[in-house]
Amino acid sequence: MSEHKIRVLVAKPGLDGHDRGAKVVARALRDAGMEVIYTGLRQTPEMIAEAALQEDVDVVGLSILSGAHMALAPRIVELLKANGQDKVKVFIGGIVPDEDMPRLKEMGITGIYGPGASTEDIVKDILEAMK
Amino acid sequence: MSVMSKPITNSVLEGNRLALARLLTQVENHSPEGRAALAELFPHTGKAHLIGVTGAPGTGKSSLVNQLALHYRKTENKKVAIIAVDPSSPFTGGAVLGDRVRMRDLSGDDGVFIRSMASRGSVGGIAQTTAAFAQIFDAAGYEIVIIETVGAGQSEVDIARLAHTTIVVEAPGLGDDIQAIKAGILEIADVLVINKADRPGVEHTERALCSTLALAHPIPRVYRHHGQTMTVMVPAGAKNLPALEPDSSATRSDMVIWIPPINKTVATEGKGIADVAESIAKHAEHLHVTGDWASRDRARLRSELEAALEAALMSRFFANIQNEKYNDVVEQVVGRTLSPHEAVRKLLNGSSKQENV
Ligand SMILES: Nc1nc2c(ncn2[C@@H]2O[C@H](COP(=O)(O)OP(=O)(O)O)[C@@H](O)[C@H]2O)c(=O)[nH]1
Ligand SMILES: [Mg+2]
Repeated sequence: MSEHKIRVLVAKPGLDGHDRGAKVVARALRDAGMEVIYTGLRQTPEMIAEAALQEDVDVVGLSILSGAHMALAPRIVELLKANGQDKVKVFIGGIVPDEDMPRLKEMGITGIYGPGASTEDIVKDILEAMK
Repeated sequence: MSVMSKPITNSVLEGNRLALARLLTQVENHSPEGRAALAELFPHTGKAHLIGVTGAPGTGKSSLVNQLALHYRKTENKKVAIIAVDPSSPFTGGAVLGDRVRMRDLSGDDGVFIRSMASRGSVGGIAQTTAAFAQIFDAAGYEIVIIETVGAGQSEVDIARLAHTTIVVEAPGLGDDIQAIKAGILEIADVLVINKADRPGVEHTERALCSTLALAHPIPRVYRHHGQTMTVMVPAGAKNLPALEPDSSATRSDMVIWIPPINKTVATEGKGIADVAESIAKHAEHLHVTGDWASRDRARLRSELEAALEAALMSRFFANIQNEKYNDVVEQVVGRTLSPHEAVRKLLNGSSKQENV
């Protein structure tokens, strides 16, 4: 009876203007059998949390190239918790300096991927986190 | 998920959005909790107006749904739920659901709930899940439930059967319009929308639609000619009516026939949306006046009942038969020594007496 599919929201918060990377990841997750809800560019943390709630996702994937991750990511984690979605795992793809990583992990981010990361690794880590 | 069905239905009825979202997931996954909750919510259903929106990919369905929802929020203050269905990949079972990209204007409004749904394979299954989703939104107090599907065959017809009003969206410049404007899909249309009316070729699309529509919906008209009553089938939108005296009773018979209106929109700019909403309202009124609302409801619930009955009878049958016996009969059918009809008789009666049917 268990027909659960992993549902992933792929969102692009902040003001930077292209989503090629996010789309590549979205397709890779689809090819791994996941259901990806793609929300497009320039999402506010509030819009992302609202979509995550309505779609009842297991995972939120954020693409942040603007360098604003320290402002955006914790806010999104906080909103997800406030909505009762504290089990949702949050992943970030983008340009995150090494020194920010420990703090992001502390704030509850499950995985962080730079521009060189392989989509296989992302898929593997999501599957692992869903166990 | 450890949420019990009793609290979850209460929370859904009280407007808890997290409970609503989780219940949709349970139902989509065919969990027993989901089924139990659906049963509890069922008495609260039957109030919503279900609107189907279908058409080829890229015609602007999501953009139109976004505008329609805005319209209902602003001018009628109705709560709106949107079920946006996209196909699953047949190879991996995964999906990219992108309809929300066009619906960002709706964010931040608690009177709107958007749920994306992957078709997950079976044609019958998607119609069933969509129907269940619509019932949940209905029970949760959403007065308008809009269902967006990609126009690609049987699932549209099934969803049209589910919806009270079906909107078929066309757009100019999508290559081969004859291919896009299939008579089959027009038959399910209650309202036709030509979106992207800002694009060249709108007149062409409109003409093509009108002539296909005329074939799909001939209007019977009653005339008196030399003292005799005759019925003439007039194509919808025909300009040159025969020069006969219309009988007064013809006016009445015209009123009970719904001719799908054609509305032109520019969804990206919100143009023409009020006209579409008006067509939808007129269609709902038509359904109420003619009694079709009630009879569609009845037919839909009856077929839902029958589908459930069929499934239950099948599973009871398989629970009560030995595998060997069943496989034996299958082999006889495959070996052409027993026809499927005789096989059924044998399986149900335990006798293989040959009778002429
Ligand atoms: N020019 C023009 N483009 C439109 C209009 N409506 C939608 N679009 C664009 O058409 C594309 C597909 O729209 P979408 O709503 O996603 O179509 P769907 O696949 O049918 O849901 C998008 O790029 C929209 O911005 C319109 O009225 N005019
Ligand atoms: Mg769409």
